[in-house]
Amino acid sequence: MFTEPIRCDRILDAGLLEYAVFERMQEEIRTQVRSRASGATAIVCRHYPVITCGRSSSPQNLLMNAEQLAHKGIAVRQVRRGGDVTYHGPGQLCVYPVLDLRTRRADLHYYLRSLEAFILGILGASAITGERKPGLTGVWVGGEKIASIGISVHDWITGYGCAINVSAADLKGFACIRPCGMDIRMTSMETVLGHPVDISEIVNLITRRLSHDTSYCSDAR
Amino acid sequence: MIQVIVPTLGESIEKATLSFWYFQPGAQVKEKADLVELTTDKAAYNLPSPATGILTEIFFKEGDTVKPGDLLAVIQ
Repeated sequence: MFTEPIRCDRILDAGLLEYAVFERMQEEIRTQVRSRASGATAIVCRHYPVITCGRSSSPQNLLMNAEQLAHKGIAVRQVRRGGDVTYHGPGQLCVYPVLDLRTRRADLHYYLRSLEAFILGILGASAITGERKPGLTGVWVGGEKIASIGISVHDWITGYGCAINVSAADLKGFACIRPCGMDIRMTSMETVLGHPVDISEIVNLITRRLSHDTSYCSDAR
Repeated sequence: MIQVIVPTLGESIEKATLSFWYFQPGAQVKEKADLVELTTDKAAYNLPSPATGILTEIFFKEGDTVKPGDLLAVIQ
């Protein structure tokens, strides 16, 4: 499916963030974009271990209780994005574009497909052939899911976005949940390539893909 | 009287789930504040209030399926 590339005027390379800090940052940016004080902005970051439960989540998709998860150092957080439960960890890169979809195409599913196309491009540039699965949202490699998507849109201003599994070591966090409420296997760029991947190189790749001649703010907090 | 209508959420989106009311009937609402959340696939869409006033009536409850053009609520 052809989709217009996602482009941002500003990219914030925010490093490793607590989920609550990211959400506050996103809210501020949303306000700026909505009032047109700022153009389209993307937050690129990683998170400390956290399971997020989206608006369609069901408690039975958490396979451990909060105490067991806390013992493993994994927080649990209810979030206002679409979708079910997912896991975020430091070995995963999250890309959260804040865009006014009215300046592109005001179509939720078209935007989901645009995020998939963006991920497919990042993987392709890293010698990984990803694929879509008909009827499902996300990106897969050999039947295993490598990237997840969940968004929230307020009056056509986007929030949240996608998470690409980079590190193989981080995949163990997914064992605590039924990702997206399904019995699926997750994979990572390192698992597929069979060698370590420098996460900063993927950040640079994401930054280049999101924008040409953009204002790039490293470690913006 | 202002009607709150389900907007077109996308070319191929024929229905959505009404997942959350931010306000209940009788509440004062402000123009542009989130009024109701609609969910489809991996997307949550928050529809802003089209006007400032009192939310007098809602016609769907949380969990209901709605489609573009449905009348969700009335603001006086």
